[in-house]
Amino acid sequence: MTQKNRIATGGQIDRSRTHSFTFDGVTYRGHPGDTLASALLANGVRLMGRSFKYHRPRGPLTAGSEEPNALVELRDGARQEPNTRATTTELFDGLFAKSQNRLGSLKFDLLSINDRLSNFLTAGFYYKTFMWPAAFWEKLYEPLIRHAAGLGSLSLKDDPDVYDKGFLHCDLLIVGAGPAGLAAALTAGRAGVDVILADEDFRMGGRLNSETFSLGDASGADWANGVVAELESLPNVRLMARTTVIGVFDHGIYGAVERVSDHVHTPDAGKPRQILWRIYTKRTVLAAGATERPIAVENNDRPGIMLASAIRTYANRFSVAADKRVAIFTNNDDGHRTAADLHAKGIKIAAVIDVRPDAPKSTNYEVIEGQVIDTKGRLGLTSIEVKLTSGSTRRLDCGALGMSGGWNPNVHLTCHQRGRPVWNEALAAFVPGDHLPAGMTVAGAASGEMSTAGALRSGAHSAMSALDLKGDIPSFPKAEDAPVNLKPFWYVEGCSRAWLDQQNDVTVKDVKLSHQEGFRSVEHLKRYTTLGMATDQGKTSNMGGLAIMAELAGKTIPEVGTTIFRPPYTPTAIGVFGGRHRGQDFHPKRLTPSHHWAKEQGAVFVEVGNWLRAQWFPRAGETTWRQSVDREVLATRGSVGVCDVTTLGKVDVQGTDAAEFLNKIYCNAFAKLEVGKTRYGLMLREDGIAKDDGTAARLAEDHFVVTTTTANALPVYRHMEFVRQCLFPDMDVQLISTTEAWAQYSVAGPNSRRVLEKIVDQDISNEAFPFMACANITVCGGLRARLFRISFSGELAYEIAVPTAYGDALIRKIMEAGAEYDITPYGTEALGVMRIEKGHAAGNELNGTTTAQNLGMGRMVSKKKDSIGSILSEREGLNRDDDLRQVGIKPVDLKASVPAGSHLMSLTGPVDAAHDQGYVTSACYSPCLGHAIALGFLKNGSERMGERMRLVSPLTKVETEVEIVSPHFIDPEGERLRA
Amino acid sequence: MIIEHPLLGPRDAAEFTYLGDARLIDRPDWQSENAAQEFFEYGYLRDNPAGWHQELWFHEAGDRSWLVVTRNTLTHEISKVELARDVARSRGRSK
Amino acid sequence: MHDLKTITALGGSEPRVDTFHHISISENDGLALASVAARLGSEDACHKTMQDLLGAVPGPGEAVLREPESGFWMGPEQWMIAAPRQTHELLADDLKTRFGGCASVTEQSGAWVSFDLVGPGLADVTERLCAVPIRKMQAGDTRRTMIHQLGCFVIRQADPHHLRILGPRASAGSLHHALMTAAQSTA
Repeated sequence: MTQKNRIATGGQIDRSRTHSFTFDGVTYRGHPGDTLASALLANGVRLMGRSFKYHRPRGPLTAGSEEPNALVELRDGARQEPNTRATTTELFDGLFAKSQNRLGSLKFDLLSINDRLSNFLTAGFYYKTFMWPAAFWEKLYEPLIRHAAGLGSLSLKDDPDVYDKGFLHCDLLIVGAGPAGLAAALTAGRAGVDVILADEDFRMGGRLNSETFSLGDASGADWANGVVAELESLPNVRLMARTTVIGVFDHGIYGAVERVSDHVHTPDAGKPRQILWRIYTKRTVLAAGATERPIAVENNDRPGIMLASAIRTYANRFSVAADKRVAIFTNNDDGHRTAADLHAKGIKIAAVIDVRPDAPKSTNYEVIEGQVIDTKGRLGLTSIEVKLTSGSTRRLDCGALGMSGGWNPNVHLTCHQRGRPVWNEALAAFVPGDHLPAGMTVAGAASGEMSTAGALRSGAHSAMSALDLKGDIPSFPKAEDAPVNLKPFWYVEGCSRAWLDQQNDVTVKDVKLSHQEGFRSVEHLKRYTTLGMATDQGKTSNMGGLAIMAELAGKTIPEVGTTIFRPPYTPTAIGVFGGRHRGQDFHPKRLTPSHHWAKEQGAVFVEVGNWLRAQWFPRAGETTWRQSVDREVLATRGSVGVCDVTTLGKVDVQGTDAAEFLNKIYCNAFAKLEVGKTRYGLMLREDGIAKDDGTAARLAEDHFVVTTTTANALPVYRHMEFVRQCLFPDMDVQLISTTEAWAQYSVAGPNSRRVLEKIVDQDISNEAFPFMACANITVCGGLRARLFRISFSGELAYEIAVPTAYGDALIRKIMEAGAEYDITPYGTEALGVMRIEKGHAAGNELNGTTTAQNLGMGRMVSKKKDSIGSILSEREGLNRDDDLRQVGIKPVDLKASVPAGSHLMSLTGPVDAAHDQGYVTSACYSPCLGHAIALGFLKNGSERMGERMRLVSPLTKVETEVEIVSPHFIDPEGERLRA
Repeated sequence: MIIEHPLLGPRDAAEFTYLGDARLIDRPDWQSENAAQEFFEYGYLRDNPAGWHQELWFHEAGDRSWLVVTRNTLTHEISKVELARDVARSRGRSK
Repeated sequence: MHDLKTITALGGSEPRVDTFHHISISENDGLALASVAARLGSEDACHKTMQDLLGAVPGPGEAVLREPESGFWMGPEQWMIAAPRQTHELLADDLKTRFGGCASVTEQSGAWVSFDLVGPGLADVTERLCAVPIRKMQAGDTRRTMIHQLGCFVIRQADPHHLRILGPRASAGSLHHALMTAAQSTA
């Protein structure tokens, strides 16, 4: 195929190189510097998609990121991305794209029948049509709508690309690199401050690249090139092309997406596709330019009908003629620029139709006072119908129509912090209001300065005022300084199927209908008609809708007001918000000191928070996890087992008031704990509910090591700092987490002492080191270590700790020392079974609703001292006679299970919430007892030992007769602990 | 948001954990005659102002300081940031 | 003498080194660490001892980069002291003796993994990792920050192309992975 619409010379494309690309199965050629849209137009392809609702044929309306129509599925396979704007997609060799939203071919879309049904598909169609019968909704309506709705299709494969996040800091962020942004950057850059200049385009210069007028002796594009070169040479300026600032957040934080690899076929190995930058800046100059708006004309959505400025951009920047014959419909002087530029390139101007009587005249082409009232051409424009002031109509043949309804400053980012734009009569457009995000100034067309000279001046001034610079602004070459001459004109009277929002297929008729049906607030209009709710967020359509609403309501446009602009400024891939936090890397992993050793043993791991803990250690011949767990439990209780308990939170508490501090955070007393002893501690929340539990070991008069549960390590530390800093600021106590500093192993079972005696250098006999003792010791001939005689399993047990780097060596040493006792490593499952057998409460019992009373530890709450939660724990509602109490539960039929989550009911009587007696919190099979056991809470449970009850779960069809027993299934007297 | 840490200067709010009303500093005396009522009010009765609010923030990913941040809940404007420890002392929480 | 051998935070017997054209990432296995927190009312004595030890008391956001002991500010009246492990295996005990009753000392050697990032690509790599203003940081500037959701200290060393990162040791693998992907991204 030839590039039949490519103009012979000029433009900012590299004609020395050619890119080959495919659209809907046909191969075309374009040049570096093209967008997909410009390359397709160069090849004579202007039908690029079908509309959302009516499946009307569509081509590009714009040449930028505001594009509503030319949305394609870019790339194939897993990289296929729907709704990619052809107007911003940088052409690369091998690009593959398909049109979307069609059934059949793009030229013959079967769903275009919707266009014939348009009378039924007006605003509020879904609300009106799919009301009843209700049963139809799920079975019929929803599947039907889901099939037809939505733009583009997903690959349903994992995104193979990676996305980065990054952080940048600067003194001045400049958004937009048109004349205002470049002038601001030059001013600030030369002053030596740190500048970031970001522009969504791949080529900096903004409108300068699209215009023919010069700056001094150079073309606008050449001047921009020169400025960019100077800025590149400044070490304090960071130029970020292909970077869209998508949102303004509090206190000078901006979000920006840099498209690193979207302009290449596939990202280089290890390179991200896009980067989400979080930019911290002191000041910002918003130089985001302006967007031209169309005029609503009957059938104004045919391929070939574009914004006049877009036709100009295609001609000047991309060297592409929209057609051989082009007409312009305008209400302002800027439309005439397009005509003049096209004429200069030899493109025939069918006519310029201007609604104003005082329109500029031309000797080169006809200027008609009048209005375009209709268009023709099934798959693309072939002619327009013009109504003259005399009332007669005239048909003009043309393949392209440029529409110029004036320009809207791109105020979006000024509104992200609740700022509202204000109306400017001269421009007939909203401009930034006074209430800008802190630190932001607005320059150039975004502020309503529409001329090039004005943009340069305001850009430089904005930078100077933002940075508080003194002196003169840099001198700029002489540039175009034309005023804006415009007569507000939004739609042609009498039009009905005149599109406002081309992406969501919202017409003038829909807006009128919405008003008629009472949806008169601008926010209601938006939601009822979906005007401005498509991926382009109404950049080219909202103003038209507002103008019509205003007229219907007899109000002015500023009285009607705008909807709120929210981030992101342009559609943003979800992947870039996830960054690297995907799949395996969703959150960081924490490995225990014995992890590498456990892996060698073939351990199965479980995620506990971020920790990976050994869940059990399967051995050859074991086919179910229960076999491994039962063996580990029996071996530990029978001889000795070892388990990595490093994950328990550890907090070092030091200071002369350390004991007094523990008295505050625990409900039980600590002040009198002897040095060298450990005590169980229960922590309450201030409302009297149990918060966490653990042990505190007193290593010295002024030094404790406190443990927390694995899950609560962080919140408990935060709470302790709160108590220390906010409640008791003058206690002499210092805190630091040491969770990861020590590798800690539990060695449990009747032979645990014999094993440790081979490792520990000191005497650890029952006399020298009794139950609940703790000490700084040494192991293996001198390595510093800590030993605690505490037990979670209910066996004679120790926890031994060494500095983490030695943890791997210590577990191997313990296994070696224990070999003669068949020492057995056990995982979290066996740990859980043993603590249930022993009746120790854990996270399932300290579940955020239970009190010390519930847990059977009511008497622990000391009334002789002040501690967090002690006062409110005395509340009447938490101290009723029939309160829940922790109990043990066993099945009457010993083969039955007692699943956790089931509820306790009387043997007879109804099974419902009103008759609920309690519930099961933890359950397991006890290999020691040979049947299932459970812990749970039962009303007045401690007085109901031996009672038979029903355990039920109607949802999972559980109904089991159980007996209420003591929660201490194993060694209730605690003889083993003290052995 | 950016919180101007009194020791470390401007830091991203993402480094902090939010707790709530800075009145949590004013924990009642456990031996007061009306301790139960006072603790009830302390625990449950909070203002939820649309406007200026003193709040507790914990610099969890930073220096582990609790801060009292005076923030406008309507605009997110922050007018004052103090070390909670200093505030606690100034409110008479020294031993 | 005991016969227990350490492994590095990444689990090797030798520290890991990865070299790219613009940056090298080296696991630093040779640090002994201990925290020092002034006791209430003994701040002056603590500062004086710190001054004797490091030559200066690191203020908020600062480190004193000295051999063999260096130190940085962790929080109000709290510092981390580092020294070569080979010569200072018992750093915490030594500091405890030195500071006596004026400070609480806690061994931290096992709690941290340390990586040294060295090379001209340092700023580019750091910008993909955390929100520190790396291009503005001077020798000794220290920040606690989040890298891949992990609370880390980053300390700008004397060489402008050298940053030391201290992260939670249990997550050494995840942190290393984050450093490596940032290095590949910017290579």
